[in-house]
Amino acid sequence: MAAQPRFRDRALLLAGPALLTIVIFMVLPMAIALVYSFMTASPYGGVEKPYTAGAYVRFVYDRDLDDSLVFDTTYLQIFARSLILAALTSLGCLLIGLPMAWYVATRRPVQRQILVLLVTIPFWTNLLIRTYCWVLLLRDQGLVNNVLLWLGLTKAPITFLYSDGAVLLGLIYSSLPFMVLPIYGALEKMDPRLVEAAYDLYADRWAIMRKLVWPLAKPGVAAGNLLVFVPALGAFLQPDILGGGKKLMIGSLIQQQFTTGRNWAFGAALSMILMAFVLGAMMWSAWRRAAIAVPV
Amino acid sequence: MKRKALQALAAVAVLGGLVAGHGAQAAGDLFIYNWTDYTSPDLIKKFEQESGIKVTLDTYDSNETLLAKLKSGSSGYDIVVVSSDFVPIFAKEGVIQKIDAPKLAGYANIMDRWKSPVWDKDNQYTIPYDWGVTSYSVNTKQVKAPADSLKLLFEPPPEAKGKIGMFGSPSEVMSLAEVYLGMTPCQTDVANMKKVSELLEGQAPFVKVYNSDGIIDRQSSGETWIHEVWNGDSARARVNNPDIKFVFPKEGVVGWMDNVAVPTSAKDPENAKKFIEFLLKPENSGLSSNFTHYASAVTGADAYFDANMKDAPELKVPADEKIAFTPACPEEATKLMDRVWTKLKK
Repeated sequence: MAAQPRFRDRALLLAGPALLTIVIFMVLPMAIALVYSFMTASPYGGVEKPYTAGAYVRFVYDRDLDDSLVFDTTYLQIFARSLILAALTSLGCLLIGLPMAWYVATRRPVQRQILVLLVTIPFWTNLLIRTYCWVLLLRDQGLVNNVLLWLGLTKAPITFLYSDGAVLLGLIYSSLPFMVLPIYGALEKMDPRLVEAAYDLYADRWAIMRKLVWPLAKPGVAAGNLLVFVPALGAFLQPDILGGGKKLMIGSLIQQQFTTGRNWAFGAALSMILMAFVLGAMMWSAWRRAAIAVPV
Repeated sequence: MKRKALQALAAVAVLGGLVAGHGAQAAGDLFIYNWTDYTSPDLIKKFEQESGIKVTLDTYDSNETLLAKLKSGSSGYDIVVVSSDFVPIFAKEGVIQKIDAPKLAGYANIMDRWKSPVWDKDNQYTIPYDWGVTSYSVNTKQVKAPADSLKLLFEPPPEAKGKIGMFGSPSEVMSLAEVYLGMTPCQTDVANMKKVSELLEGQAPFVKVYNSDGIIDRQSSGETWIHEVWNGDSARARVNNPDIKFVFPKEGVVGWMDNVAVPTSAKDPENAKKFIEFLLKPENSGLSSNFTHYASAVTGADAYFDANMKDAPELKVPADEKIAFTPACPEEATKLMDRVWTKLKK
C-alpha cells in the first residue's frame, strides 16, 4: 500500500517534462487560437474585443450588398479541394510506400539499415529548398524538359509546373518517408517463415500479398496514412511554390488571413475548423478499428 | 610557442575590445532596423568613419513585423525604414517621433516633388530613402504586340496565354488593376471592386504564376513573357536578358517610397538625426542607391551612380507619367480585396 503513492509520484515526475512540453507547445497555442477565433480582428493585424462568433459564420455565409447573409460555398470548395488532394497524397504514398517497405523489410539486416538511412536522407535538407528544387527540375527550361528535348521525345517544352499535378507530386515526394517508415516498422517484425509456410500451402504471390503482407502491414498503413494525410491537409508550401499560387488550399487560406488579409480571427477560426476535421477523421478511424476488433 | 601566441592574441583582442568600446562611448551607438538586403555596407562604413558612431544593423521583411516590434515599446532602434503606405499608421499609433525634417541640414537637397508628400505633410516624421514604381516588364523577343498600356498585362493577346506572371500579394495586384481601370486606390465601392474582380478572373486563365519571388529569374529565362514587376528588379532582369523591357503604361503606374523615421523609443535620437543628415548628402544617397538599385529622392545623387545605374531606362520615369501612391487601405477595403482574391483562387 505504502509503495503505491510513491510509485505514482515518481511516474508523474518522469512524465512531467513530456506533459509540460505538450501543454506549452500544443495545448496553450491551441487555446490561444480558440480564444482568438471568437474575437474581432484589429485593423492592422491582431485581435480585439468584443467576443463574437462572426468568424465562424463567415465560413459558410457571405454578407451581400444589403448586409443580408447568403450561403456561400467558396471556403467549402477550398476545403474540399484540400481534402481530395490530401487523400490522393495518402493513396499515392501508399502505392509507392508499401512495395518499398516490403522490399526493405525483406533484405538482410545490414542492407536494411543502409536502406532505412537512405529513406531518411531527405530530412537533412530543408523542405523549402527541396520543394524549390522541383521547380528547377520541372520548369520549362528545367532538367526534365531539357532531357526530353534532347531525346527528341517532345518538340517544345511541356509545362509541368504550376498545376495540380505538380502540387500532388510535391506532396507525395515530401510525405513518402512518413508512409514508408511505419509500414517498414510493422513488416520488419514479420516472421519470414510465414511466407515459406504460405508457399508450402500453394499460395501464389498475389495471395501472399493479399492474405499475409497486407494484414500485417495494416497497423503501419494506418499510422502512415495519418502521418501523411494530416500534414498534407494543412500544406501551403507546395501549393504556393509548385501550384503557382493559382488555387488556394486550406493552409494557404489560413496563412493569407494572418498576413495580407489582416484577419487573425478568421484565420484562427479556419484553423479550428481544420482541426475539427482532422479530429473527426481520427476518431472515425479509431472507432472503425475498434468496431473491427470487437467481433474477433 | 603556440600557447604564447594564443595568449598574445587574446591580449590584443581584449585591448582591441577596450579601445573599440571606448571609441563607441565617445560618439555613441546607432541601431538601424531596415528591410532585408536594403542597407549598403559601404554606406554604413563611411558613416562610422566620418562620425565615430558605431552602427548595428538588424533587418525585417514586412511593415507588419516592424509595427509589431515597435508597438512592444522597447525595441531600442534609432532608425527605421517605413513604406509610404504605412507612415500615417505609424504616426497615428505613436511609434515614430517628430523629427521636423525641414530644420535638418540638407533638407533642401530633397527633390521638390518628394518634399512634403501626402503620407507625411511637411516632413514632420520622415525623409525619403529610396523610391520605385510598380508596372510590368515584357520580353520583346516573344511578344510583338505594342507595349504601352496595362491592357497587355490584364487583357493579354491569345499567344501570351500561360506566359503571364503576377505578384503574390493581393494588394499589389489590385492596386495596379485599379490604375488600369482608372479608379482611386483602396476601393470600398462594391460595384467597382466587382469590376476589379471580373478583370482579374478574365486574366486568370492567362496567368502562369502568382508569386512575388523569383521574378528576375522567370523573366530572364523566358519562363514568363509578361510579368508584374518593380522597376529595380526589372533592371536586374535586363542585365541577364537584354530583351526584357520595363513598360511605363499610359494609364499610369503604382508608386512607393520607403522613408527614414525615428522611433519614439529611440535611445539616441540625436545620433539618428546625424544619420539622417548624412543620408541627405547626394554622395551618400547615391552610394546607397548603387546597392539597392532603386532611385534616390536626393538632388544630385545620380551623379554618384554607377554606370549601370546611370543608364538604366527603368529608373527614368517619364516626367508626365501618372504615379499612384497607394495608401494603407482601411479595414473595409482590405476585406473586399481579401474576398476578391479568395474568389479568384477558390
